[in-house]
Amino acid sequence: MMMNIVRRSSLAQRAGAGLLLLLVVFAFVLPLLWPQDPLRQKLMLALQWPDLSAPFGYDHLGRSLFARLTAAIRLSLGLALISVLSAMIPGILLGVLAAWRGGAVDRGVSLLADTFLALPGLLLVLLLTALVPDSALMLYIGISLLLWVEYFRISRAIARPLLLSPAVQASRLLGLSPWLIFRRHLWPEMAPVVLTVAAFGAASAIMAIAALGFVSVGVRPPTPELGLMMTELLPYYEEAPYALLQPVMVVFLLVLSLLLLAGREKA
Amino acid sequence: MIRILGYRLLQAGMVALLVGSLTFVLMRSLPGDIAWRIAAGRYGYDRVDASAASAVQQELGLDRPAWQALADWFIQLLHVNPGNSLVSGAPVMEEINHQLGQTLLLAAVALLLSLLLGPPLGILAGLAPGGKLDRLLLAISTSLRALPHFVLGLILVLIFALGLGWLPAAGYGEVQHVLLPALTLALGLAAVSSRVARNAMRQVTDSAWYQFGRTKGLTESQLFWQHGLRNVSVPLVTYLSVQFIYLIEGVIVVETLFAWPGIGHALVHAIFARDVPMIQGTALIMGLMFVLLNTLSDGLCYWLDPRRKNP
Repeated sequence: MMMNIVRRSSLAQRAGAGLLLLLVVFAFVLPLLWPQDPLRQKLMLALQWPDLSAPFGYDHLGRSLFARLTAAIRLSLGLALISVLSAMIPGILLGVLAAWRGGAVDRGVSLLADTFLALPGLLLVLLLTALVPDSALMLYIGISLLLWVEYFRISRAIARPLLLSPAVQASRLLGLSPWLIFRRHLWPEMAPVVLTVAAFGAASAIMAIAALGFVSVGVRPPTPELGLMMTELLPYYEEAPYALLQPVMVVFLLVLSLLLLAGREKA
Repeated sequence: MIRILGYRLLQAGMVALLVGSLTFVLMRSLPGDIAWRIAAGRYGYDRVDASAASAVQQELGLDRPAWQALADWFIQLLHVNPGNSLVSGAPVMEEINHQLGQTLLLAAVALLLSLLLGPPLGILAGLAPGGKLDRLLLAISTSLRALPHFVLGLILVLIFALGLGWLPAAGYGEVQHVLLPALTLALGLAAVSSRVARNAMRQVTDSAWYQFGRTKGLTESQLFWQHGLRNVSVPLVTYLSVQFIYLIEGVIVVETLFAWPGIGHALVHAIFARDVPMIQGTALIMGLMFVLLNTLSDGLCYWLDPRRKNP
């Protein structure tokens, strides 16, 4: 399975995977070797150039940008990963269920999915974060609620014709368990598509988290978050343009790596 | 066509329901006593006392059980009347009226700019796949898609407003004020529409009927204007409707960045102030705007290619 995915991947997808791996090493492994507190302020050092204890320089409150960037990537990637996973599992299960049972179940779940589709995603996340402000939990729930629809739609679309195929019909007549049919017949067809959708989903989750941080509705200071860091560093663009550039570059590279990894073009 | 309209109407209804129930829960979950909060919003924090709060409670019927309030609230929703802003006291609809005009202006300029940028470049690239323009465009559109709206806007501000000093970074009223926020939205939209146009153009030029036109002796430009353009437009308009999500979400963030006095800006501010009727009104209008835009693009598709029956 793993080898198959590697062999079928395009050059762009490999580049994306490589870039993502680099970012993960940067954010998760380097801080282990070199632990730093992203909240520790040294006001004397505000906006200073990089030195040995802060290889990326200092922000306006004299906090190490290296420590803050790595923490922010961990937050964004972690939140995106959890949101994607918790959208994927119910999404796929509901999709297969709707295709399997058909009838009222299918219509009911489809109507629910259409309801979520009828609302722009960021608006939904904003409304949820307004319910319990300043909490990453609401951000996570909002993003998952937004992403599950896609998995539901593709798994339902893939499962429907497959469930009618002679192979699956035979397995069902033999009384094989639904789980076995899912693993043997449905999942192999879904896996590549699911991976693409997951990469796109993670990219939009990262964008949403940053956008909400930027308009100061998502997580609150002093938590290091990429969008929030941009808001904080914007007033100092003249004194320290490189400081503002860092979170901008990181968001760009994160989303780019995921888009490349997703491969197939999608609007 | 009737089916499409019916489906979209259903969607509009569901948007209202979803936004409505979310904001209802929001209203109920406000910290502190709602009556006190609303009274404070009306009369100022230092002039609130128990009698003012209980007057508000009487007037708005806040002491009734939740189900009654919810039922009342739905009746209000049918009249599209979210009440008065808790902050300014003005009717929400009045405030939104003003903001909606600004947002529509911004969105219209952005759409126009993106249509001027994206599809023509994409079509040119699709006519010569693998060429220099094609590869350059792929690189640019991939990079643009990897930038969230506000980062794109930030870069434009840094270059054109702070670096070169050509355009103002914020404000409204003059022509030059709308350019930067509209361009921010337009670049993001064009990044996708140029790719869609390019792929559609390739498919059209590869098709048997296009080849037949060539065999028949039509010149390239005759072929394109008579057989190419309309067929490229259909997938383009279909994807346009997918992009409206981008437009609506972009409006929230881009308006905040540029301090553009539109609906997105108002929504973010209302969320700060926890001004629930305002949140409710703006979210409702944004959702309905989204459904309306999609309906328009459905209609446009139908007009371009009447053979398509399903939405």
